[in-house]
Amino acid sequence: MTRANGDDGDDVARAPWIPGPRRAADDHADLTADPGGAPEEEKPGAEPEPDVPVLTHGVLKSLLGAWALSACSAGETQAVEDHLTACAPCADEALRLRDAVALLHEDRDLDLDPLLRSRVLENCLGRRPARIPVPEWVTPYDAETARLDALLRDIGESEWHAPVRLKWYEEGRIVRRKATVAGVMGHLLAVDGLVSAALGLEDPLGAGTPELSPSERTEALWSGLDRPPNRSIRGPWRDQSHTLIRTVSFAGRGVADLTVTYKDFALPLRDSLLERAFECWVHADDIANAVAYPYAAPSGAHLHSMIDLAARLLPGALANRRRTGLASPARRLVAAGAPGRSLHLEVEGAGGGHWYIALDSPAALGSPEQVVAQVAMDGVEFCQLVAGHISPEEAAAGQDGDREAIRDVLSAAASLSRL
Amino acid sequence: MAMDTPPRWDRRMQQRLARGEAAALGELYDRFAALVHSLAHRVLDDDDAADQITREVFGYIWENPDAYDPKQGNLRSWVAKLTQRQAVHRLRQAETTAYAETGRGSAEELEQKVRRASVAARADYIVTSMPTPLRAALELAYFQRRDYRQTAADLGVTEDEARRRLRLGLQLLSSANRPFSEGGGPPGYGRAR
Repeated sequence: MTRANGDDGDDVARAPWIPGPRRAADDHADLTADPGGAPEEEKPGAEPEPDVPVLTHGVLKSLLGAWALSACSAGETQAVEDHLTACAPCADEALRLRDAVALLHEDRDLDLDPLLRSRVLENCLGRRPARIPVPEWVTPYDAETARLDALLRDIGESEWHAPVRLKWYEEGRIVRRKATVAGVMGHLLAVDGLVSAALGLEDPLGAGTPELSPSERTEALWSGLDRPPNRSIRGPWRDQSHTLIRTVSFAGRGVADLTVTYKDFALPLRDSLLERAFECWVHADDIANAVAYPYAAPSGAHLHSMIDLAARLLPGALANRRRTGLASPARRLVAAGAPGRSLHLEVEGAGGGHWYIALDSPAALGSPEQVVAQVAMDGVEFCQLVAGHISPEEAAAGQDGDREAIRDVLSAAASLSRL
Repeated sequence: MAMDTPPRWDRRMQQRLARGEAAALGELYDRFAALVHSLAHRVLDDDDAADQITREVFGYIWENPDAYDPKQGNLRSWVAKLTQRQAVHRLRQAETTAYAETGRGSAEELEQKVRRASVAARADYIVTSMPTPLRAALELAYFQRRDYRQTAADLGVTEDEARRRLRLGLQLLSSANRPFSEGGGPPGYGRAR
C-alpha cells in the first residue's frame, strides 16, 4: 500500500485507487495506543518486497474475499492490488467486500438476562391469556431447562468434552465420578426419560426398558453409546423437555398426581418435575463451573418450591436411615397426623422460609410447638447439601438444641442426593 | 442450527401459537430470544431498550400469530424483520425527541444514524443465518486471524474452497447495505450444507 510504485505513468486508465484492507493484527493496535504513531510508515527494508506471483483473472477474483480479510500472502495481496488498478469489476467487488468486513463484529448474545424469559412470557400472557397454559407447578422445570439450554447454546464444541466432576453423598461421605459436559447431559436425558416413560412418551433408553433407578438408567445410556457423547446430545434432551412440558400442559389437572417411580421410591408427577428442575439446576451449575461461566441460582419462588420438596422428603429419608441404623431411634411416636417432635429449619435468603420437620415418623406432623432443635441455613447452601455437594459436617448452619436431631436431619438431607 | 429449521416447524409453531398454547410461546422464545435481543441491541446499543423490544416483539407475535405468512419466508427471517422494524422505529423516536429537546444534530444526521443501525442489524442477521461453512470460514479468517491457507487446513477443505467461502460469505454480508430482502435466499449458494 505504501509502496512507491515506479510505473504509474497512465493514471487515466486506472480504476480509482482502493486503499487496502486492514493490516494484520490491527484489531489490537488501539489497545496499545501505539506511541510511535503512524504505523503505516514502515522502515524501508523492514518488510522485504514480496515476490508477486502471476495469477490468472479467475484466481485473482477468487482471492478478493481473502484479500478483504487480510488473509492472503504478501505476494498475493500485491498481485490483487495491482490487478484492481486495471480491472473495474474486480475493483467494484473489492470495495464492496472490504466494506462488508467492517460489518463483522463479535457476537454478544451471552448477555441475555435469564430472568428476561419469565418477564417476556408474563407480558405476553397478560396481553392474551393462554388457552392451554403451562401449569404453575411445571414452571420451575420449564425455567431451569430453558436456562441450561441457553448456557449450552453459548459453549463451544470443545467445551462439550470438558471434564465435570459429579459429586453426591453416599454411605456417609461424598463420592465423585468423572464425566464430561456431554456426559452430564446424557445423565439428564436418561433420568428425565423416567418421567417421559411415566407419561407414556418415548423413552430415550428405548421402548421396553425395564424399571431402573436413576443411576442405572444413566449407566445404561452411557454404556449404550458407541462413542463419547458430544454436543449432538443437546437436541434430544431439549426435545424431550419440550415434549414433557407440552404433554403435561395438555393433560389436565389430574396428571399432577400421576405416580412416577424411580425404582426405589416414587413421587407424584408434580414433585417429580420439581425434582427434575432441581437436578437440572444442580448439573447446569456443574457444567457452568466446568466451562467457567457464571450461573445464578433459580428465581426465589422456584428455589422455595425446591427447598419445600426437600423439606417434605426429609421425614421419609430419616425413617429410611433409621431402618438401616444410620439415624438414632425414634423417641416418641405419636398417632398419624398428630404433631410430633420437630426440627425447625429456617432457610435464609431468596426462596427461604420456615419448615418444621417431623423427626420420629413421616406420619407425624411437623409442628412449631414441638420443636426440639433449630437449624438456620442459606437457601443455596441448603440446596448444595441436598445435592450432596457439601457434607453435613461442612454445611455452615446455625444450630441450636438437640444435637442428635440436627445431625440426623442434615445427614438425611445429604442422603437425598444421588448420581 | 437454526439454519436447518424445517418450514414444517414454522407452520406448526404458528398453529400452536394460534391455538393459544403457552408451551409453544416458551419454545418460540427459546429459539429466537437471543436473535431478537442481539438485533435490538445492535440498533439501540442499550440493554434495557433491547429488553423492551424483546418484550414487544414476542408480545406482538403471541397476539398476532396469523400475521406470519409462511409463503413469504421462514419464521426466523420474519421475526428478524419485525425486530428490526420495531427497534429502528424506537431509535428514530428517541433520536427525534433528543433532537427536539437539545436542538443538536440535524435531520440528516438522524437519518444517517438510523441507516447505519439498520445496516448493522441486517449484517448481524445475515451472519447468524448464513450457511455454517461460510460462517466458520469467516470466523477463522476474521476473528482468529488465520490466513486462507490456514483456514483451509483448519476446515479440512482445499485452498480454492477456502477462498470461495470467504468471498461468498462477504458477498452475502455486503447485501446488508441493501434493505431486508424478501425471503433472503443468497444467490449462488444452492444448499445450506
